[in-house]
Amino acid sequence: MDMKVAKKKLGLKDKYKLMTRDLGWEPSYHSKDELYPYMNYEGIKIHDWDKWEDPFRLTMDAYWKYQAEKERKFYAIIDAHAQNNGHLNLTDARYLSALKIFLQAISPGEYAAHRGFARVGREFPGVGPQVACQMQAIDEIRHAQTQIHAMSNYNRYYNGFHAFADQRDRIWYTSVARSFFDDSMSAGPFEFMIAIGFSFEYVLTNLLFVPFMSGAAYNGDMATVTFGFSAQSDEARHMTLGLEVIKFILEQDPDNLPIVQNWIDKWFWRGFRVLGLVSTMMDYMLPKRVMSWREAWDIYGVENGGALFKDLARYGIKPPRGWDDAEKAIDHMSHQFMLGLYQWSFGTAFHSWIPSDADMDWLAGKYPHTFDKYYRPRWKHIKKLADAGTPFKNYGLARLCQTCQLPSVFTEPDDPTLTCHRETVYKGEKYQFCSDGCQHIFENEPEKYIQAWLPMPQLFQDPINGDLGEWMKWVSLLDGKDNGDYAGSEDQKNFEAWRGLATTNQ
Amino acid sequence: MSTVFIALQANEETRPIIEAIEIDNPQAIVHRQPAMVKIDAQGRLVIRRATIEEQLGRDFDLQEIHINLISLTGHVVEDDETLTLSWND
Repeated sequence: MDMKVAKKKLGLKDKYKLMTRDLGWEPSYHSKDELYPYMNYEGIKIHDWDKWEDPFRLTMDAYWKYQAEKERKFYAIIDAHAQNNGHLNLTDARYLSALKIFLQAISPGEYAAHRGFARVGREFPGVGPQVACQMQAIDEIRHAQTQIHAMSNYNRYYNGFHAFADQRDRIWYTSVARSFFDDSMSAGPFEFMIAIGFSFEYVLTNLLFVPFMSGAAYNGDMATVTFGFSAQSDEARHMTLGLEVIKFILEQDPDNLPIVQNWIDKWFWRGFRVLGLVSTMMDYMLPKRVMSWREAWDIYGVENGGALFKDLARYGIKPPRGWDDAEKAIDHMSHQFMLGLYQWSFGTAFHSWIPSDADMDWLAGKYPHTFDKYYRPRWKHIKKLADAGTPFKNYGLARLCQTCQLPSVFTEPDDPTLTCHRETVYKGEKYQFCSDGCQHIFENEPEKYIQAWLPMPQLFQDPINGDLGEWMKWVSLLDGKDNGDYAGSEDQKNFEAWRGLATTNQ
Repeated sequence: MSTVFIALQANEETRPIIEAIEIDNPQAIVHRQPAMVKIDAQGRLVIRRATIEEQLGRDFDLQEIHINLISLTGHVVEDDETLTLSWND
């Protein structure tokens, strides 16, 4: 009888070589230019695709094994959450507004990222990036699906979750995230990688997922903690890919530097604007808050971003152009957003509200130089109007920025009492912007951005023709249920009634 | 010198990994936050398979860390024995 000899396991490096590099081949009956037609027009020069390294050296076999385990953990918790009335453990149903925004705007972004990575995985000639992009494409569709699945439990009980797909396509505020991803997907493959892989995943995604998921944990939302951490476990790999991409491109040819710098400038500012809504979630929408937006920015923006750009300086990369303006906006943006959301709350498929005195004291403590001076007086005025039975509603249409598609609710970087507004005339048409950053992006690629679909002009076209009721139907917004102030909403009444049933014997 | 960090989910699987990281990186600072543990280190952080195996009492493949990983920063270098995070500055 033969002795059983333990089979020698392949080392990580050998396995990676065999299961990525060795899967590639040289085309014989089509030229490489025909196979990979988008490799040259952005001006990026790549001389040796084999220099691409995946630092984790993850191969497809290991990928499936670990992803399957993540899914099993995820569904175990989602099932437990649904079986045990997990929704009644929330601190307060106000919290759900953050989830509704996430479902309507961010989960569709995951799906868009899936499409983008599936595409660029096909377009890059190197086997290393092909495999890494394939994994990321599968990750992103998993994120979209697990998020929608996790949040579907809330749709059984609460308003505002029922029509996220229509709202992704049609409601005004989701066009901010949608235009961001459409912009990246309609760019070339290298720009897509810098946009999503580097600027979004590496520089900004921590600000979205880490404090938000900790926030979910603080507010008793086990379902979101679970999908968030399950997604985030892939995110660390995406971030590492994003950093690898930028090093690879810069090391391949010195001519790549100005092109890459321009993309970093553009996509940092685009990403900063999209993630601005997270500031409102953190400062206003979490009934039990983890940290302020300012504190999160100091950790994940200033400290990490600072370390990153210090490191990349050896390639000649500078911090993004809008970095200083971003820093100046940090102490203002969550307040400016929430005031905007409150005054247009008739048109949002989530609730907003006037912060309580205790909430305002917390905000004053976190924003000692801005809140009491600029924002508390405005909230107090709005509170007075609400108490008098004449709540402040703005039925005027917001002026949208042509680039980021946010309403121009922000102030000048150096004057928080003056609304920031920029204009450019292009081919006889006037375009509006919320900031120098967005104006600059437009002026670099005007032919792209003049084609943008903007939700406000849509209001005057078929099938809406300026009628608010028709608009609500078109965006699947149920007036009096999905929208308006949290105070007095069905969500508030139902949550309080059900929680009462769960904790008493009445 | 810039700070690198790794953030892991707070659960039974990561407890021995975090202990191993503390043993191998005495300079590291461990922040225990809701549902997660974030470990900061000046300049460099090393995760060793052998130390994790000692804490865990079983064989461990460093790639298992992906299951409970939340985020990290710095350049990643991984082989069968170690996973290192660092900045070049």
